[in-house]
Amino acid sequence: MINIYEVIETNKMIEQENLDVRTITLGISLLDCADPDLKELNRKIYDKITRVAKELVATGNKIQREYGIPIVNKRISVTPISLVGAAACKTPEDYVTIANTLDKAAKTVGVNFIGGYSALVSKAMTQSDELLIKSIPLALSQTERVCSSVNVGSTKTGIDMNAVKLLGEIILSTAEHTKDRDSIGCAKLVVFCNAPDDNPFMAGAFHGVTEGDAVINVGVSGPGVVKKALESVRGADFETLCETIKKTAFKITRVGQLVAQEASRLMDIPFGIIDLSLAPTPAVGDSVAEILEEIGLEYVGAPGTTAALALLNDQVKKGGVMASSYVGGLSGAFIPVSEDQGMIDAVEAGALTLEKLEAMTCVCSVGLDMIAIPGATEAATISGLIADEMAIGMINQKTTAVRIIPVIGKNVGDRVEFGGLLGYAPVMKVSPFSCADFINRGGRIPAPIHSFKN
Amino acid sequence: MKKTVITVVGKDTVGIIAKVCTYLAENRINILDISQTIVSGYFNMMMIVDMTDTAMEFDAISEELEKLGKEIGVIIKAQREDIFDMMHRI
Repeated sequence: MINIYEVIETNKMIEQENLDVRTITLGISLLDCADPDLKELNRKIYDKITRVAKELVATGNKIQREYGIPIVNKRISVTPISLVGAAACKTPEDYVTIANTLDKAAKTVGVNFIGGYSALVSKAMTQSDELLIKSIPLALSQTERVCSSVNVGSTKTGIDMNAVKLLGEIILSTAEHTKDRDSIGCAKLVVFCNAPDDNPFMAGAFHGVTEGDAVINVGVSGPGVVKKALESVRGADFETLCETIKKTAFKITRVGQLVAQEASRLMDIPFGIIDLSLAPTPAVGDSVAEILEEIGLEYVGAPGTTAALALLNDQVKKGGVMASSYVGGLSGAFIPVSEDQGMIDAVEAGALTLEKLEAMTCVCSVGLDMIAIPGATEAATISGLIADEMAIGMINQKTTAVRIIPVIGKNVGDRVEFGGLLGYAPVMKVSPFSCADFINRGGRIPAPIHSFKN
Repeated sequence: MKKTVITVVGKDTVGIIAKVCTYLAENRINILDISQTIVSGYFNMMMIVDMTDTAMEFDAISEELEKLGKEIGVIIKAQREDIFDMMHRI
């Protein structure tokens, strides 16, 4: 039987170390909503989402009360809309009507984000993919809860550089469309390489076409718990360090597994996966950067950062994999700048640069995340940043992503407030040298060779 | 049988256990195990209880216990036992 010390330990993690279930994300297939009539399509989408997700928020709240574990977000991911809308949408504005429908459905069922305003164009864009991508700036400026993502490359297909070029322009345009709110539209737009079908985390969640009709995916989190555990092994060797991270990751993930099973049972919807990612929030003591500093860095960005992050990410996976029967999604350490107080401090101290962040993404998902850059950055330069990150994912057979925010009217040294879970960010310096000739070539980068690994 | 863990944390005073036990008895909740300890000066008590026979909903009991805790000046929490089992048992 459980003893009092174990009970105290669990409750301390929840009450003092920010242990929580970051999200229960309900994936819903909208493939059966496809219709050539736009009005009918919108009606079917709204009806299906509000029917399937009716109990989602209530279920999340019930589990939270019964187990005493906070479930921070209840969210929905849907089939990439470029597939669902292909028959009905003839203009970008047609797609925007679907974005508004998704937003309305999200508000009706009470979820804070709905993901899947997406296109999968890892080899090339269809006409409908292109229309959807072109509708993103308007869609994200008119809606509040809709999240968008575009997968522009994969290890199997290479990188669609036409899409990369277009997205540089789309990101700038999205920034422009939401410039009255510090270009917040870009915080809801992710560009992926090797995007997983079952990611529960926003803004990149969508319900992949390989999934069933509906599925429950859960993202756990507890950077604060890992940090606290590491405080007790200061100065110890790497073996002790790794053991401590592994054990803690196991405990955190077990809670996610329980919540996922319970949500699946209560809603009678199959359980999909647990995403093991360590996801920080702007709250003090809920930071991945602080874990890296606890491992022994003065600031994140110091030499040794990439090694420390590689070690952390790997141990979290080793502990987490044993705790859950199905692990999936992104399952890496997130290193968003604006959502992590330790990252913000490191940038402001001059310790962390865009280039170092890029190096860090080689050993952990998810990529250049929530980074504010000057609003005057060229579209081709943004495409260049995307291309670099996609290449890392493609060659290393891992998921990488870019979520950068060119903040219109702001420059290096300024600060941007996004509010809530999105936090605030210092505007970071981008290399001033041009890559326009590279981006303007057009076409795609071929798939890489899968041997001779170096 | 769905087991529930009730935890009581706060400053030690006379009659905490008596009051909690009385409430549980009135609502036909059976106590399976009680243990207590002092952690950094605070009184910590844990009870494992069986709620099979109670007519009340889990939420209502949880709320009433919280209210009772406020009256005594301690924090009382009710949680399903599974969360502790999952975390600490393989």
